[in-house]
Amino acid sequence: MKNIPISALIGLFFTALYFLGAIFAPLLAPYGVGEVVGDVWEPSSADYLLGTDNIGRDLLSRMIYGGRTTIFIATAATVLSFTLGSVLGFFAAVMGGWIDQALSRFVDLVMSIPTLIFALVVLSVAPVTIPMLILVMGLLDATRVYRLARAVAVDIEVMDYVEAARLRGEKTAWIIFREILPNALSPLIAEMGLRFIFAVLFVSTLSFLGLGVQPPEADWGGIVKENKEGIVYGIPAALIPAFAIATLAISVNLVADWVLNRTTSLKGGRG
Amino acid sequence: MSPIVKLLAQRIALSLLLLLLISIVIFAGTIVLPGDVAQSILGQSATPEALANLRAELGVNDPPVQRYFAWLFGAMQGDLGTALTSGQDIAQALSSRFWNTLFLAFWAAVVAVPLAIFLGLLAVRFKDRWPDKMISAVTLASISIPEFLIGYVLMYFIAVKLRWFPSVAMVNDNMGLFEKLNAIALPIAVLTLVVLAHMMRMTRAAILNVMQSAYIETAELKGLNAFQVIYRHAFPNAIAPIVNVVMLNLAYLVVGVVVIEVVFVYPGMGQYLVDHVSKRDVPVVQACGLIFAAVYIGLNMIADIVAILSNPRLRHPK
Amino acid sequence: MSDTLLKVRDLKIGATIYPPGERPRDIEIVHGVSFDLAPGKVLGLIGESGAGKSTIGLASMAYGRGGVKITGGEVWVNGRDILKGSHKDIRKLRGAEVTYVSQSAAASFNPAKKIMDQVVEAAVEQKKFSRKEAEARARVLFAKLGLPDPDNIGERYPHQVSGGQLQRCMTALALCPEPDLVVFDEPTTALDVTTQIDVLMAIKEAIRDTGVAALYITHDLAVVAQVSDDIMVLRMGNTVEYGHVDQIINNPQEEYTKALVSVRSIEHEEKAPTEEPVLSVRNITARYKGTQFDVLHNVNVDLYPGQTLAVVGESGSGKSTLARVITGLLPPREGEIEFAGRKLSPDLKGRSREDLRELQMIYQMADVAMNPRQTVGTIIGRPLEFYFGMRGAEKKKRIIELLDEIELGEKFIDRYPAELSGGQKQRVCIARSLAAKPKMIICDEVTSALDPLVADGILKLLLDLQKIEDVAYLFITHDLATVRAISDNIAVMYQGKVQRYGGKSKVLSPPFDDYTDLLLSSVPEMKLGWLEEVIAHRKMESAGN
Repeated sequence: MKNIPISALIGLFFTALYFLGAIFAPLLAPYGVGEVVGDVWEPSSADYLLGTDNIGRDLLSRMIYGGRTTIFIATAATVLSFTLGSVLGFFAAVMGGWIDQALSRFVDLVMSIPTLIFALVVLSVAPVTIPMLILVMGLLDATRVYRLARAVAVDIEVMDYVEAARLRGEKTAWIIFREILPNALSPLIAEMGLRFIFAVLFVSTLSFLGLGVQPPEADWGGIVKENKEGIVYGIPAALIPAFAIATLAISVNLVADWVLNRTTSLKGGRG
Repeated sequence: MSPIVKLLAQRIALSLLLLLLISIVIFAGTIVLPGDVAQSILGQSATPEALANLRAELGVNDPPVQRYFAWLFGAMQGDLGTALTSGQDIAQALSSRFWNTLFLAFWAAVVAVPLAIFLGLLAVRFKDRWPDKMISAVTLASISIPEFLIGYVLMYFIAVKLRWFPSVAMVNDNMGLFEKLNAIALPIAVLTLVVLAHMMRMTRAAILNVMQSAYIETAELKGLNAFQVIYRHAFPNAIAPIVNVVMLNLAYLVVGVVVIEVVFVYPGMGQYLVDHVSKRDVPVVQACGLIFAAVYIGLNMIADIVAILSNPRLRHPK
Repeated sequence: MSDTLLKVRDLKIGATIYPPGERPRDIEIVHGVSFDLAPGKVLGLIGESGAGKSTIGLASMAYGRGGVKITGGEVWVNGRDILKGSHKDIRKLRGAEVTYVSQSAAASFNPAKKIMDQVVEAAVEQKKFSRKEAEARARVLFAKLGLPDPDNIGERYPHQVSGGQLQRCMTALALCPEPDLVVFDEPTTALDVTTQIDVLMAIKEAIRDTGVAALYITHDLAVVAQVSDDIMVLRMGNTVEYGHVDQIINNPQEEYTKALVSVRSIEHEEKAPTEEPVLSVRNITARYKGTQFDVLHNVNVDLYPGQTLAVVGESGSGKSTLARVITGLLPPREGEIEFAGRKLSPDLKGRSREDLRELQMIYQMADVAMNPRQTVGTIIGRPLEFYFGMRGAEKKKRIIELLDEIELGEKFIDRYPAELSGGQKQRVCIARSLAAKPKMIICDEVTSALDPLVADGILKLLLDLQKIEDVAYLFITHDLATVRAISDNIAVMYQGKVQRYGGKSKVLSPPFDDYTDLLLSSVPEMKLGWLEEVIAHRKMESAGN
């Protein structure tokens, strides 16, 4: 693992840190997630490293548990969007014809409505639960992944080496997994990073609007919402989760950028 | 019919078709999904009779296709129905909010578009030097930060600590233009920051793409100076991609407005929409969704139309 | 004015390269080149890709393309060292004293502006002529260059004229400001051979009539021999040989120059048809999906075992479509194909594994014909595995045998395509098709993307392998020299029809039909004065009619 630029190392370090924090949340958090331990909006102290929130809960503990929820939802939505989008995208590219047309036109249609608006319309009738959020975000985002996966696969599809494989008599599965996938992997992995960031931002935005994770469950967007009244009184509690969102997103972005740059020139994938 | 007129007609027809399909999607989305509107409005303790009465009032018992057409024809005549929660006429409630939202988006665009194009040109001029690198870094940061964070950071430092501008963007009809602008200064700043990075990055890419064309080399080898090369040869070819960038970002801006309105408690359509999503007021959500989608589709359509109009191959067919 | 127009001394040019995952590095790409050019004379710069010829040409305008920088030496134009000039001096030079004609006129014209505006721009901007004078001059040049409707063609947009015409417009653009020197950078390379000869003649006459000097850059020695007074042979940024055109063509001193002059001199004895053809194409008519016209009309050809059928034609003649029909990628509308005594399914899906194995294909661009993520061993090994079920040591042994046959050797087995040169890549593709032990291989322009000497090596290899493996080739090409070198039978295609078909000696001997005559006589020969002969011959013929 040499030759990793310093920016990517920083990105990897913080990404790992956040994920470990999410996994070991119960071990790390000093207090329970809903436990009222102090006064409203206490400043930071030895007991409460980040102070307390709008009803006197320990902000650090809520941040750690909130991170767990946010990262879990974002990861699940990314896995869903990614699996669905790339499988359908490759499938459309390789099959062509009416299958490709039908899928692509449907995706065009969904993408012609802004994601947030679409999600709001759906959430106005559907029950706002965590599985529902994952489903809505995953499905909406799958359209973006589909577009990219299809475009990348179509580019590779027209290469002579794919034609050579067809002329050899190879099956569709071989063509997808042995000829196309290895060459599509790096843009897709970079895209996965971006989709994850988008999912984090999106679930936070929804929670901030009060349409995402419902109290007493904590997540970063929700913590901003709970503490936003404090801003006007000069209490920066709401900025802390926002800061966490931004650093996580930037870290993942740095890693994704590196993955994309590293493999723009193909030298046998050993670089 | 000349090919260009045909293409334009096709593009406009496509947008209308898209809009129609979207109205179906929005309408269908709100009836096929689980969840009972009447139950949501009246709560768990509602009596069966009350629920049945409300359902009848909402027309939930009619066949969906009939309801869809009733809704669609109403919408086309400006009748968006009445809000379930307040009983208000939606079109009436929306009209002032719609203009407020446009007002905010318009002024954000007035600030953001020239700034982004100027900075994009700057990045091209100093490609791979520090201004360009700084612009890339800012872009990376800004696509990683949620809109509401930028909103609260500005609110915290500029409105609360420095007290330069009000932290809440209240506007009403009695205010003069200057007063209104003062009230929305912060939301404008946030929206500008939200779209700026993206827009200048795309402008940079669009111009670089043109500047790397062989005909720019031809122009340089004619002994033209940098200004002539850009003005005569790069600019005519860069219009379409830049307009495209601007339109895509305006579309993005219109959506970004939703969150920013909530942050700054601005009386626009976005806040109205979010409010009624939590109240599960379906007719309001449908109406707002349709309007946002229409604006979004319209802006995308303009981008394509400009691209068609500025393509010399289409303007001067063989 | 001195008697040397352009004097280049010890010119050194560097470039910055960006290897992936490493720091950018500066390298030298031209290592001290010197030459002189007198007014009104033409110097040909010739070399393979990477020889630095275009870079040197642009240096005479003090221009470096991309990250290219002139790092040392002197370039004197009209008695001034332009490398020491200010930006303003250089701008006055470009477009006034020295002008440029690029390889791709289609890309070099601004798509958004009329041709006339672009042709006169430099002349007007540099205050050489008034707009009116410049336009009049442009129209004279359009006429001189043989453009149709010279008075109005300037009002069109670049996409409204053909590629050959646009290349002439580019020449008019370069000549309009009445420069002292024009740099021609591969001006005919992108054109079809029958178009090339007209453009070449137009350029030559324009140079003669205007008395302008020229640097003529190309990779084709036969072309440069027609237009130059002197020739400089370049290789990897160094001068190999520099002398008068007569000396270079007729009495080359250096081994490399000798190789370039004698390129395409492969001899191949024509074989007589045997009884049963391995491939019979019967009455094939084909069109692409969604189009309204046939790209192939009633095509009939035969290919005999162990022999080569060359299918020759220009772009749009349908030769590559024929390959797609034979491989089953494009099922024909009518007609049928018989292969190895059995009828082939028109569609790829209907063909047996045996059909696929016995009919292999090699592509023009070896770069994209190999999966960049697979090693040479995997690429060659897959057909062995797929068709013969070979595994492990047995497979490896056979891969090494094949690598030896294509003269690469065992050490290449673990390399990736990106680590190979162009010629080596094409060799690996050949090995991959041979691995299937085919009866027949379709070679689609397999040497067109390669430098002449490398291409020669590939052709020799293919002929040797044909003897060893007894495989038949369907050889698709636009290059008649290649056809002469390797074919037994020839099919000349034009606008989707087989224009002429038969044994090599018969097809290439008179009496000719009009198109074959035009095609054959358009191929540049490595002979001084060839261009004049052909043009004189054609003028006589048209006068005779």
